[in-house]
Amino acid sequence: MYKFVLATRYLLKRRITYFAILAVALCVFIVVVVMTVMTGLVTDFTQKNHSFTGDCVVGTESLVGFPYYEDFINVLENSEFIQAVSPVIKSYSLLTLRDKDFNLGVEIMGIDPVRHSQATDFEKTLHYRKNDASKAFSPSYDPNLPGCILGIDLLMERDSKSGYPYPSSPYELAFSITCFPLTAKGALAKVGAGLVNTQTFYFSDTSHSGLARVDSSTVYLPFEQAQLLCGMSGPIKRANCLHIKFKPNVKLQDGCEKVSSLWQAFLQQKKGLQQADLLAAVNVQSWKDYRRAFIAAMEKEQAMMIVMFGFVGITTVFIVFVVFYITTENKRKDIGILKSIGVSNADVVQLFSLFSFMVGLLASCIGILSGSLFLLKINKIENWLFEQIGFQLWDRTIYAIGDIPNQLDPMVLLIITCSAIVACQLGALLPTWQAAASRPVETLRVSRL
Amino acid sequence: MSKNDLILNCEGLYKSYRMGATEVKVLKGVDLAVKRGEFLAIVGASGSGKSTLLHILGALDTPDKGIVRFEGLDLSRHNARQLNNYRNKTVGFIFQFYHLLDELNVLENIYLPAMASKSILGWIASRRWAKNRAKQLLNELGLLERANHKPYQLSGGERQRVAIGRALMNEPKLLLADEPTGNLDSATGNGILEVFERLNRAGQTIVMVTHDERIARRAKRIIALADGKVKT
Repeated sequence: MYKFVLATRYLLKRRITYFAILAVALCVFIVVVVMTVMTGLVTDFTQKNHSFTGDCVVGTESLVGFPYYEDFINVLENSEFIQAVSPVIKSYSLLTLRDKDFNLGVEIMGIDPVRHSQATDFEKTLHYRKNDASKAFSPSYDPNLPGCILGIDLLMERDSKSGYPYPSSPYELAFSITCFPLTAKGALAKVGAGLVNTQTFYFSDTSHSGLARVDSSTVYLPFEQAQLLCGMSGPIKRANCLHIKFKPNVKLQDGCEKVSSLWQAFLQQKKGLQQADLLAAVNVQSWKDYRRAFIAAMEKEQAMMIVMFGFVGITTVFIVFVVFYITTENKRKDIGILKSIGVSNADVVQLFSLFSFMVGLLASCIGILSGSLFLLKINKIENWLFEQIGFQLWDRTIYAIGDIPNQLDPMVLLIITCSAIVACQLGALLPTWQAAASRPVETLRVSRL
Repeated sequence: MSKNDLILNCEGLYKSYRMGATEVKVLKGVDLAVKRGEFLAIVGASGSGKSTLLHILGALDTPDKGIVRFEGLDLSRHNARQLNNYRNKTVGFIFQFYHLLDELNVLENIYLPAMASKSILGWIASRRWAKNRAKQLLNELGLLERANHKPYQLSGGERQRVAIGRALMNEPKLLLADEPTGNLDSATGNGILEVFERLNRAGQTIVMVTHDERIARRAKRIIALADGKVKT
């Protein structure tokens, strides 16, 4: 009991302890704020990639695509774990604004908007046809014209508050899309072979996936037209990939393994058929693997951040070490007194360990509380700063970030609290052991006082 | 004198310290016997080894050679736990500079030895007794109205009386006082000695170390320590 009483008194009555608490609380505050924002960004980015991709992708990197995709769609749709499948044409093209001297290299995605919205969250990315994907390629100003959907950043720039200046109805714009039709052998289809490689489309909607690279470079076309433009609509039709959504109770890994098994069986079944060699280049990937190149970069930044906070943690340990070294040096007399009344070395260690635990706990509480309050108001603070001095943490005209993420994760808070307490215990370890090992006759000797 | 009359005896105590490259021999074969209920004063010049001897008797330090027996039991055979128990319950220390804990008030300083020997549950069970005992001691020492004061709010004499209270808290068989009046004026020091005499009359065994022979004369027996040995 005296340990608790003394540790509490040391905590409250030693001014130097306040510095330790302040230092640890500051570290906790920084870690809470940065980890919350960083984790929020990574989670948001990962979620957007999931929404864009669906659960699983069967596809090839080759622009030639692969045949018999419709047969495999049938196989998948007859499986009880599949909710939806969407075939996609992916290629590159030249986008030319009609009657204007402007063109741009873009990625094209040929999709059936209804099927694609069942397999992904595509419908939610639309602006004018948000609740009716079936009309996504029907321009509202003339539904009979062939429509195209532009990634939002191709058409307009974000304003400084992360909004887009959408007009009330779509601009009446016409674009020429020129593709490079490829044969099944991968050669450029010869002119005069009856293939179409340029077609006019009319702007019907925008897609805002929240993925900057996608929104700034992708044009969505109706599946059949894209297939035609890319030379994939011959007698044996080809597609580049299938986006798949599993039923809600299916685990990602299990679903992907089942799709992989079905694909292997399908591969055997199609062996020897015309163009079947293209099937060998097809991979089955979970959405995480499919978007790995993009997600990994973000996760790496998060890992780097954690390493940097490891160094912050070491600094905290050092600060606590110094404070405890000074404290225990000042308390040598107390330790001598305690030993003279029968307190053991282990009890002295426990006393100062309890003291350091209290420092860690109190500092964590202060750090987490202030960090939480700051996060609660972080967007208001940023808005205020922007209005006053034009400061933004991220330039919303460049980065696809809306509000700064501020959702506190209880698990992260628990880990930070435990880490702060452990850091305090580590910092106090050596001075505490030194103090406990001191001989009372040395500390109580008159000449030392 | 029968063996049962002795509460403490030591034979052939040697102790030396290293000061830089020099070895300072402080005790060179001290023999001492203390009877139960005795008030013994050990006198000697500064550096004669009085405090070292007292620390060894109270198990705060260990001799290089020699035996200390308390009620016939050799202290060198005690393990760390038994020695802690000895310091907590069997002996009570009083130091020249009082050595009170600044963070605790007077009452808490007094019942600290009782609290130190108890677990949390044990303390909850005995808390009332301990506080009453501490208040009783404060009353006997004339400090009851100072119970909630901090040590820095007390005079030297009051602090020393608090230190006496703390030493008596667990009703020790032996009181060891190291220059208890060394930091006090003569009137205040006299008051402290009167407390000792009163305690001794009640049967308390006291060993007091002092360099002042006038103070030593207040004890029932005086021994002198010189050149690391007891002079008769």
